[in-house]
Amino acid sequence: MKPAAIASHRFGYSESSLSALQADPRGWVLDQFKQPAAMDTGGLIDSVAALQLTREVLKTALAAKPVESGGKPDDDLGPMTPSRLTLRKTNVKGLQRRWQHAIATPTPVAERWVNFWANHFCVASTKGTMIALVWPHEYEAIRPNAFGSFKELLRAAVVHPAMLLYLDNAQSIGPQSRAGKLREKGLNENLARELLELHTLGVNSGYTQQDVTQTAHLLTGWTVNPQTAGKAGFVPALHQPGPKTILGKRYAEGPQALDQLLDDLSRHPACASFVATKLARHFVTDDPPAALVEWVARRFRDSSGDLMALASALFGHDLAWSPSNPPKFKRPDELVLSAHRMLKIPLGSVERAVFELKSMGQAVAQAPSPQGWPDRAEDWLSADALRKRVQWADRFGDLNRHAADARGLAHLAWGEDLSQSSRSQIDNADSGAQALALALASPEFQRR
Amino acid sequence: MQTTLTRRAGLRLLGAAGAFLPLRMVFAAPASTREAEGPRLVVVMLRGALDGLAAVPAPGDPAWAALRTDEDAAAAALPLDATFSMHPALSNLHRWYTRKELLVVHATASPYRERSHFDAQQLLESGGERPFVLSTGWLGRALQASDKRAIAITAAMPLALRGADGASTWTPDRRRPVDQDLMSRVAQMYRGDAQLSAAFGEAAVQEDMAMGADGGPGFAGQARQAGAFLADPKGPRVAWLEAGGWDTHVNQHARLGRLLVGLDDTLAALREGLGAQWSNTTVLVMTEFGRSARFNGSGGTDHGTGGVAFIAGGRVAGGTVLTDWPGLAGGQLFEGRDLKPTIDLRSVMVPIVQRQFGLDLSQIQSNILPGAVATRHVLWRA
Repeated sequence: MKPAAIASHRFGYSESSLSALQADPRGWVLDQFKQPAAMDTGGLIDSVAALQLTREVLKTALAAKPVESGGKPDDDLGPMTPSRLTLRKTNVKGLQRRWQHAIATPTPVAERWVNFWANHFCVASTKGTMIALVWPHEYEAIRPNAFGSFKELLRAAVVHPAMLLYLDNAQSIGPQSRAGKLREKGLNENLARELLELHTLGVNSGYTQQDVTQTAHLLTGWTVNPQTAGKAGFVPALHQPGPKTILGKRYAEGPQALDQLLDDLSRHPACASFVATKLARHFVTDDPPAALVEWVARRFRDSSGDLMALASALFGHDLAWSPSNPPKFKRPDELVLSAHRMLKIPLGSVERAVFELKSMGQAVAQAPSPQGWPDRAEDWLSADALRKRVQWADRFGDLNRHAADARGLAHLAWGEDLSQSSRSQIDNADSGAQALALALASPEFQRR
Repeated sequence: MQTTLTRRAGLRLLGAAGAFLPLRMVFAAPASTREAEGPRLVVVMLRGALDGLAAVPAPGDPAWAALRTDEDAAAAALPLDATFSMHPALSNLHRWYTRKELLVVHATASPYRERSHFDAQQLLESGGERPFVLSTGWLGRALQASDKRAIAITAAMPLALRGADGASTWTPDRRRPVDQDLMSRVAQMYRGDAQLSAAFGEAAVQEDMAMGADGGPGFAGQARQAGAFLADPKGPRVAWLEAGGWDTHVNQHARLGRLLVGLDDTLAALREGLGAQWSNTTVLVMTEFGRSARFNGSGGTDHGTGGVAFIAGGRVAGGTVLTDWPGLAGGQLFEGRDLKPTIDLRSVMVPIVQRQFGLDLSQIQSNILPGAVATRHVLWRA
């Protein structure tokens, strides 16, 4: 691939034309981080309101039939009550805003950057308490912090009602805390383990079960409840008393310990390597060159996790632009959003896109685990998934047959990187709709 | 009827478009009657770590009462033997057990001894001794070595089946059939792209054979369809099913109750789909690890080590709990907190692979499940 196509398709969301970035593809990418366009969050509800709504929905669902709270997905909440309808509209609005921003933003690479971090700090609406919180987590915790420091982003992502509920810390109680002595409830180590394994250090970086348990003790008290006014907060009565020792370092009792721990985790060499590997894999290629990973990791360590420094290290390095890097297979959401962006077609029905993505193996807002969506071709490319993608291209071409002339578009969008085979199929299509479908089904568009 | 003709016409077009169909397709004519009657294997993967002590409690263990004090569940549990019982939601499985068609493997685990879901699943599917050493799956390597075909009822190819030309994926689709002319053009367009053309060729053939098959909604529907695929004489011989949601850190009693009912229904639907082929089928139900022996502070359990697996089928030597029970007293628990694994899950995979794929033990131990030792327990009736 030529640099302009790499910038447009691999790092961004597929531009309609390479002309604006042809002269300086690298500058086009790097400039986006100087002034990333902000998403308009006006009229979107905050997580406090989202939790109130959640409570109402769960309450009516509970009243409607005898079910237990805690494990009910959205589609099992009983009849469509007014509060459920509000919930649905709220979620659609949050998703619509996010997707429309990816389609129209002047800084698509910066938007991909935001979405990388949202997936790194994955939360999902796979349990009852999470049905309204996935998008607020993104626009309250991830988006405003994605261009600052890793440490601040980490803190914002973890100390947020969505993460505290998703990974059960909201219910974790220090066994020797005041509340713990009074009640049967106690420690839950879910967030502690994933904080070490998925958010910062990566597995096999040297921490032990003891470190996980101690981290869980340290995290007790961080919760969301009426006492914290529906926000993420620290409730001393739930906090395990006494010092905790994690990776050989002692942390005194109290809320300040969390900041100290997150600071230490951010500075841990394993964190830099873990994050650099994930970044290079996501943006560049499934098995990124070691020298590129090491370069980004070093910049992470040298800059104490300055995310802008990371972006310029990654997108400024020649290895990120190497024409010999095998291309990435687009994730379903990348595929669908880039189709809208390349064709300049507004999103229209969010529900339709959600349905299409689910059939390609990506249930929106419902990543199967806290690890988030996987990032390698073999996780997405299979006979069934490819057929579903071609079927989507068929429908998309049909619905948007008047949106673009695929023959001219393909030339503008890929330039010399459009293969002879794709070009001739698109040129010889029997209709405009079919030409569009072929362009979207082409290897050039399925990959990035 | 018209759809059928269009599909066939489409296939002819595909054929005319060039040699991009994979050599081994998931649906193909069986080599012989013996092959049509040959063994079937279904592997059901429960992602998130099923609590083995909830699915198959051990009320006969002296330490049980102190460990798990859920009296309701204990009262309703279905007895298996002097030590073990079965969660009341698993009524079909319990019936199979009493009919000696279900074998319970308890206090089992892969060789993995840490508590990361992701590493543990990687290891369980790759079949190695440490995570991320092997990048293909044990079933994939076995399929490839024996030239057999398999189908995963998933959108993406699970790691366990990777490495096999004869493995494919399928999920139901309830929308209008796609334009066959477009399909043949796409097939031509993919000709220069080995990866896409192989996957696309497979999908086309499969779609033609499946003919809009639909086992019904949900996981049970998928299982019924998987059974129907395996029952088809021209169908694949191995199927893979998976379901998530087993990571019960909170409010486990209620959540697991629902999940286990779903699993029980799903396995019953699978059997229904298999029909008479049930007698030729072995079903392995597995999960990446067990959960903490004690409940955590939120009515759930955290990541643990030893757990349970099920082996079912018409010829399985069932009606027994295969275990080298380590006990549940404080000193008997792994790292003082988990059921200690005493059976390598791979030791039951070895004879399953042997029976299903007809491979040599030495080949299995070098390439398929490296370093695994076969259980001495006989898993099937003669």
